[in-house]
Amino acid sequence: MTTQTALPVDRNSVAALSREFQEPEWMTALRLAAYDAAEKLELPKLEKMRIGEWALWDYGAPKARQPLAGFDQLPGQARALLDDDVKNHLLVQHNSSVVFRSLPEDLRAKGVIFTSLGEAVREHGDLVRSHFMQAVKTDENVLTALHAALWNGGVFLYVPRNVKVEVPLHALFLTDDASASFVPHVLIIADENSSVTYVDHYAGTPSGGRLVHNGVVEVFVKQGAHVQFASIHEFGAPVTDLTIRRSVVGRDGRIDWVIGEMNQGETMAETVSILDGNGGVSDSKVICVGTGEQKIHLTTRAVHIGMNTTSDMVTRAVMRDASTAIINGITKIEKGATYANGQQTERVLMLSPAARGDANPMLLIDEDEVMAGHAASVGQVNPEQVYYMMSRGLSRELAMKLIIYGFLAPIVSEIPISSLENQLKTVVERKLGQ
Amino acid sequence: MSSNQLHFKIDGLKASIEGKEILKGINLEVKGGEVHAIMGPNGTGKSTLAAALMGHPRYEITDGSVTLNGENVLEMEVNERALAGMFLAMQYPAEIPGVTNADFLRSAINARLGEGNEISLMKFIRKMEKNMAALGMDPAFMHRYLNEGFSGGEKKRNEILQMMMLEPSLVILDEIDSGLDIDALKIVASAVNSMRSPDRSFLIITHYQRLLNYITPDHVHVMMQGRIVKSGGPDLALRLEAEGYDWVKEELGITDETVGQEPEEEFKVPMNTIAPKF
Repeated sequence: MTTQTALPVDRNSVAALSREFQEPEWMTALRLAAYDAAEKLELPKLEKMRIGEWALWDYGAPKARQPLAGFDQLPGQARALLDDDVKNHLLVQHNSSVVFRSLPEDLRAKGVIFTSLGEAVREHGDLVRSHFMQAVKTDENVLTALHAALWNGGVFLYVPRNVKVEVPLHALFLTDDASASFVPHVLIIADENSSVTYVDHYAGTPSGGRLVHNGVVEVFVKQGAHVQFASIHEFGAPVTDLTIRRSVVGRDGRIDWVIGEMNQGETMAETVSILDGNGGVSDSKVICVGTGEQKIHLTTRAVHIGMNTTSDMVTRAVMRDASTAIINGITKIEKGATYANGQQTERVLMLSPAARGDANPMLLIDEDEVMAGHAASVGQVNPEQVYYMMSRGLSRELAMKLIIYGFLAPIVSEIPISSLENQLKTVVERKLGQ
Repeated sequence: MSSNQLHFKIDGLKASIEGKEILKGINLEVKGGEVHAIMGPNGTGKSTLAAALMGHPRYEITDGSVTLNGENVLEMEVNERALAGMFLAMQYPAEIPGVTNADFLRSAINARLGEGNEISLMKFIRKMEKNMAALGMDPAFMHRYLNEGFSGGEKKRNEILQMMMLEPSLVILDEIDSGLDIDALKIVASAVNSMRSPDRSFLIITHYQRLLNYITPDHVHVMMQGRIVKSGGPDLALRLEAEGYDWVKEELGITDETVGQEPEEEFKVPMNTIAPKF
C-alpha cells in the first residue's frame, strides 16, 4: 500500500460483517480475499485528475436495520423522492441496509427476482456467485477491491429467459448518516431474449461528516436480451461518489444507459459496455452539471469484441462556478470485431471563466473493417443563439436558460419513466439555479 | 395604434464591424402601412443594415440615429427592440437544439403579454396550427427543435411563421426569398400580404426583383457602397429586373458597388451552433 497509510476498516470487521449477514462461506472468503488484495492495490490512474487528493476513505461502519413493514413507513426523505405509483415494484436502500422491496405477484410467478443482493447471496447463491464481480474485477484497483470487501444492501435483479418485464423496476439508494457505511452493489442479469427497464436514484446528504459512496453496477445482457438502465446521482457535498457501471452484452443483446451525474461533491463515474457477442448494441447517454468547486471525472467506454457490434455514446456537461470536469470517451474495437460501428460525442458547455472542462475522445481500433467516429467540443453559449432568441423578445436571462436546458433536454427526455424524468428536470434546475 | 402613428426613421446611420465601416450614412423614413424594398447587389451592406437595426452584437453603431415612434432604438437591448414592435426575419436563423419551436414561440408571445397575462395553451396551439396551415408547414414542425436540421426553405417559412405569431409592427425581411422555389415564394408572399395593414410596415431586403412580383412595394431603394444611392417607386424595381444594376452604377459613377470587401456570407452562423445528432 503506497497511496495511503491504512485501509479504512480492519480485516476482522470484514469477517464480522459477513457473519452478521449470515453469508455463505464463499462470500466470506471473497470479501476477505478482496480485503487482502486492497492492501496491496493502488488507486486508479485518472486522466488529468489527481484522485489521491480527494476524500476517499470515509466509509463509516455497517449499521444493520430491519426491513420496514410497508411503503408508508419509509423515511420522509425517501417518500419525497418516490411517487406512489412505483411502490409495487420498488427497492429502497437506506444507509447500509435494504429496508423495503416489492414486486408484483405476476412477475414473481414468472420467475423474476428483484431483491436485495444480501438476500440473493443467501437464496440464489449460484446465480450470484457466477456473476458477482465478474464484469468489474475485484483486483482492478484498491477501490474495486474495497467495494468487494465492504459491499452492503444492493440490488439483485434476475429476469428469466423470454420474460418481458413491462413495468419499470425502481430502486432508491438514500444516505443520511455519515457513520453508516454505504456501499451498494447492483447486479442485473437479463437472461436470453428477456427485456427489462431498471431505473434508480442515488440521493442524500449524510449528517455527521464525510462519506464515500463506492458503488458498482454490473449488468449481464444475455443473448437477445434488452436492458434499459437509467440512473440519477444527486448526492450532497459531503459524499464522494465513486461509481462503476459495467455491462456485458451477449449476442444480439442491447443495453441502453441514461445517466444523470448531478452530485454536489467529487464524482468519479465510468459507464462501460462490453459488446461480447456478435450483433450486440450499446447506447449510452450521460449528462452532468458541475457546480461549486466540484471535481468530476466521467468516462464512457464501449469495448467491441463481437462482430457487427454497435455503440453510441453521448456525454453532455454544463460547467458552472469553479467546477472541473474531465470527460473521456473511449471506443475500443478489438481485433476480429469486423463491421463494428462505434460512435461518440462529448460536449461541454462552459458558463463561467473559472470552470474547467476537458473532453477527450479516444478511438482505439485494432480491426480494419470497422466504422468509428467521434466529435468533441468545449465552448460557451453561442452569442448568435442568444441574439436570435432575444430578437424575438426573450430576455437575455431567459434565452440563456432555454439554450442551456436545451443542451441537456434531449437526454433528460430519454429517461424511461416520467416521474424520474421530472425528478431529473428538478435536479437540473436546482443545479443550474444555484 | 393608428396608421399615422407608426413612424420609423433612420438618420445618418453608420455602422462598422471589427473597425471596418459598412454602413456609411443611411437615411430612410418608413410610415405606417408602407412597404419599402431595399435592393442592391451582394456586398453592398443590405444585410448589415438589417442586423444593425435589430442590434446584432457584432456591429458597432458609430453615428446616426434610429427611432421608432420617437423612441431611440439604438439605446434598446435586442429584446426591447422586439417588444417595441420590431421583427427581423433572418437570412441565416440560428439553430437552437433542445428548444422546440412551440416552446420558443410561446415564450416569445408571453414575453410580450407579461407575467399574469400569458396566452392559454389551447389558444396558442390553435393559432400556431392555423398559421402553419397557411404556410403549408407540416404540423410536426411545432415540436421540432428550433431550426435544427431544417432545410433552407423550411427555415424561411419558420421565420414567416414567427412573424405571423408575434404580429410585429415593423417587419424587416432579410433575403427571405433566397432558397425558396416559386411555390414557396408565393406562399411566403401571400402570408406577408395577409399581414399588410395600416399599422404595420415592412422593410424588404432582396437582391432579386422576383419577390416584388408578389409583394408590391410602395418605395424601392438601391443600396451601394453602404448607402442608399437611389430611391423610387415600384417601377424602379422593374427596371432593375430588366436591366440589372449597371445603369445605376454608370449614372452615379460607381465602379465597385461593394463595401468592406466582405461578401454577405459574413452572416453565416458559426459552425458550432449546429448540435450533434443523437
